[in-house]
This record gives sequence, structure tokens and C-alpha cells, in this order.
Amino acid sequence: MTTSLDRVVTTLGHREPDRVPVFLLTTMHGAKTLGLSIRDYFARAEHVTEGQLRLLARYRGDCLYPFFHASLEVEAFGGETMFIDDGPPNAGEPVVRDPSAIDTLEPPRVADCPGLARVLTTIAALKARVGDTVPIVGVVISPFSLPVMQMGFEAYLDLLYNDPDRVARLMAVNHAFCVEWANAQLTAGATGICYFDPVSSITCVPRARYLETGQPVAKRTLARIAGPTATHLASGRAAGIVGDLADTGTAVIGVSCHEDPAALKAEAAGRVALLGNLNGVAMRTWSPTEAEAEVKRVIAAAGSGGGFILSDTHGEIPWQVPDEVLLAIRDAVDRWGCYPLDWVDGDRGPEPAS
Amino acid sequence: MVELKTELFDALASVDRLRAETAFDRALAEAPPLTVIETLIVPVLADLGEAWQEGRIALSQIYIGARVCEEMVARALPTPDRGQDGAPCGAIVVLCDYHMLGKRIVGSILRASGVALRDYGRMEVDALVDRVVADRLDILLISTLMLPAALKVREVRDGLARRGHRPRIAVGGAPFRFDPTLWQAVGADAMGETAADAIPIVQRWTESPR
Repeated sequence: MTTSLDRVVTTLGHREPDRVPVFLLTTMHGAKTLGLSIRDYFARAEHVTEGQLRLLARYRGDCLYPFFHASLEVEAFGGETMFIDDGPPNAGEPVVRDPSAIDTLEPPRVADCPGLARVLTTIAALKARVGDTVPIVGVVISPFSLPVMQMGFEAYLDLLYNDPDRVARLMAVNHAFCVEWANAQLTAGATGICYFDPVSSITCVPRARYLETGQPVAKRTLARIAGPTATHLASGRAAGIVGDLADTGTAVIGVSCHEDPAALKAEAAGRVALLGNLNGVAMRTWSPTEAEAEVKRVIAAAGSGGGFILSDTHGEIPWQVPDEVLLAIRDAVDRWGCYPLDWVDGDRGPEPAS
Repeated sequence: MVELKTELFDALASVDRLRAETAFDRALAEAPPLTVIETLIVPVLADLGEAWQEGRIALSQIYIGARVCEEMVARALPTPDRGQDGAPCGAIVVLCDYHMLGKRIVGSILRASGVALRDYGRMEVDALVDRVVADRLDILLISTLMLPAALKVREVRDGLARRGHRPRIAVGGAPFRFDPTLWQAVGADAMGETAADAIPIVQRWTESPR
């Protein structure tokens, strides 16, 4: 029997497995399954372990996603997390309040951060349960994108355009932390690392600036991560830089729902696989019929030949997305995602819901 | 002016402050500041917004471009505050999170267009309702990044209604671009797909107050 890991490895090799792999990247939904608040859920590794296993059983996805929340990395640098009842925990006020603080900033040690330790415990527990049957996706925020939370986007853009020396120092600090954090997750049992790098998308910086900044940072960092990596642009656009992203050594790109997956797949030219690109915000009001139509549309655009994993556009499905939509998405993959996709040329499905 | 529009657009997209200032100064040599704002700055900012929406330029270029325009206009027209002459009272706010960039860009673009709004910074729902009522606002621009914050616009609208106050509310930010029906669902009166969309929205509401 084909396992989820077999399926994913096959598609990453740009070959067709038995069906399109599906990564339903649910994090907070685990709290719902356990009847806990989001704050209480993420407070203990046992909660997230059990939540992820329940979500895997219910939605029959092809990965485990022991991602807690991005602000854990800011906590490691001395920041705080703000919890709300109905959405992802968010980073509080920036920890780098003045650019001069970068001059003395040091990379935190993973072992010193209780929040990161909870993630490692979760990954190890999941690995003990699923072995090599289901990919366990670890997460890091790229050194190039972490400053948005460390110092605020506005201050970071000012730094990027005006203070190359401090940018270089901040990248060095973040690089050291990112590599240690990624490799700690791999050692704990993660199969691969999702490298969230939205600032590198053409939504945030032009290609020329990316080639001078985000790309060399990614090349250096991914080269030192001791496992496969996927670069997620968290809804940012990739058109025009797909080849540049592939040059960093990443195996997968998470792409935006505002782009045509077929065009991106052509640009990828078999060098890198795509992950995406269902609209998570719109998903919360889809009917099961609309969910099916969206799954069908994306598979028709990007599924043929492998090199594709169906997922959402952002790397985290909103809390507000109901159970029946997630089940409808998964059912639609069974209905329309089995290879060979003989139906694709003759029937690309109804118009998208959004 | 058409040639200058192209020149200014290219300068801002290239983040070339000197070239942008040269284009602006050439325009000022031909027309008074208010005319330059109306016929050069506002259309170029709108073109930048459209280019971003189409994926032709990036957020960083919009941010720097808006800042440069804001500074140029402040130099040419030190007190562009239309709020001082009896026009409706307006404010801009980030609701519930710390992602301030969108508000900063909209604020810069509006100031570069000769419109001044109060800056409420970052606020939670109840405090925002209290302040809007106390200031008797006519126009409220709300910037959000996260979906939960966008959904809280409904709480702001309902809270204001319970206090007998109904300012016009315009919303902007990622959740509203991902779901084009969301702004209506949360009770807003308008949605800006780009930061530059705030200009015609505020101008329209300023010219025809309730």
C-alpha cells in the first residue's frame, strides 16, 4: 500500500503517484478537536501531538504539521506572543525597537527556549507514532523574513534600503538561529523543513532586490539545513522568480491563490514542485460544491505529471474554516486527484468560486 | 504632465528619490502645488497601486514611493490639511494587531494627496468605539492584516451603532483582497484593494458628507 510519504516523495520527483498528495495545513483546528482554547492547546506538547494525530485521522491528509505559531521564534529573541480566541497567536511588540540594537543582537540557543522545546517534543512524539509513513513538516521563518516580526515591517524596509551593514549583521544572527532551529527539528524526527519566506516574494520586494538579499540568504541557509526544504511564500506571488527560488536548492514552492498554478508550473519546468493554492480566507464560506470545484480547478491546472501537492495558499488554514469544507476538499481529492488525470484535458471543471 | 507622470512613476518604482524630486520640481515650475498634487501625485500613486495589484511592482516600492511623495508634498505645501476647513473629520487605525505597514502607506498616500486624517495607531475594538464616538468621526479607515481582525470590523460597526453613531467605514488589508465580499459582510461602506484607493474614497466622502 502506498504511504503518504511514498506519495509525496514520488510527486517531488516529478512523477505521478497514485493520487495528488494533499497537505491540509491545520494548526488551530487541533484545539477544536480537543475542546481547548488556542492558548491552552499550544501550552503543552501532548495537546498538539494528540491534535495533529486526530486531524490526520479525520481529514486523511498526507502530512503532519506540528507548527505551533510563528511568534515562538520571536519569543526565542525575547519577544512575546499575543493570543486571541479565534485566530493564530501573533507576535507582540517588536523586540528590536531601534536599529542600533542589531549591533549587539545574538542568536538565541534553541535549548534555552521553552516554546521551541515543546515543538521538538511534539515532533519526536509524532515520529514515534507514524514512523516513516507520514511526512512530518517542521517550520522555520527565514532569516530574511523574521525581521518583520523582530522589528516591524516598516522599520525593516527602511533598514533594507538604507543600512546594508546592519542588514548583513541581522541576517548573520538570524541565519545562525534558523539553521540550528531547523536542524533541531530534523534531529527530533521532522521529515523536512518548510522555510517561510514571504518577504522574498515579488509581492514584497522586486526581483532585483530579492537577488541581492533574500536569495543569497536562502542559498546560505538552505545549504546548511540537513534535510529537504520547501519554501513557502505565505500567499506572496512567485511569478518571475520561480527559477530563482529553485536555485536556492528548495524542493517545493508554496504559491499564491492570486496566481495561475498552470503558469507557475510551466515556469518551474520540472526543477521545483508546487504547493497550493486554495484560498484559505474564501474557504471559510465555501459550500461542499464550491470546495469540490476549487479542488478540481487547481488539480486540472497543476496536477498532471506530479510535482504538485494540493494545499492552501498561506500555509495555515484559518480557524474559521468549518469541518465540512475540509472534509469536502479531501473527498474531492479522492474524486478528482487519482492518477492518471484522464479527465483533465476534456473537463477543467466549473469556474472557480473565488 | 503625461511625460512627468511616466518619469515620476519610473523614479518611484526604481526607488530613485533624486529623480522623483527632479520630476516633482519640474511640475512645480509649471503649475501651483495643488494642481501638481491633483494631476501628478494622485494619478501616479494610483498607478503604483494598480501595478502592485497586478504583480508588476512590490510592496517595498509602494512604501518608499509613498514616503517620498509625502515628503515632497510636505515641502511644497506645508499645511495640506483639508480637515481644518470644515470638511468631515476622519481617522485611520490598525485594528487588533501590530502590523502597521498598511496604515503607514495609506497615511503617507493621503498626506501626499493633500488629505490629513488623525492617526489612531493600534487599537482594540472597545477603545476604538469609545474614541470614534468621543471624536465624533465621520470617516474611519481600518487597516487589518489577519482574518480575525478583519472580522472584528463588524464588532466596531455594531458597537458604534449601539452608541447611535454611524461614521462611514472603509477597510483595507489582505483578508479583504482574498475575499472580495468580506468588507460588506463586516458592515463596511467601502474597501480599498490598494492603498491608493483610499484617495477617491475619502475624497468622495469628503465632498458628500452624510
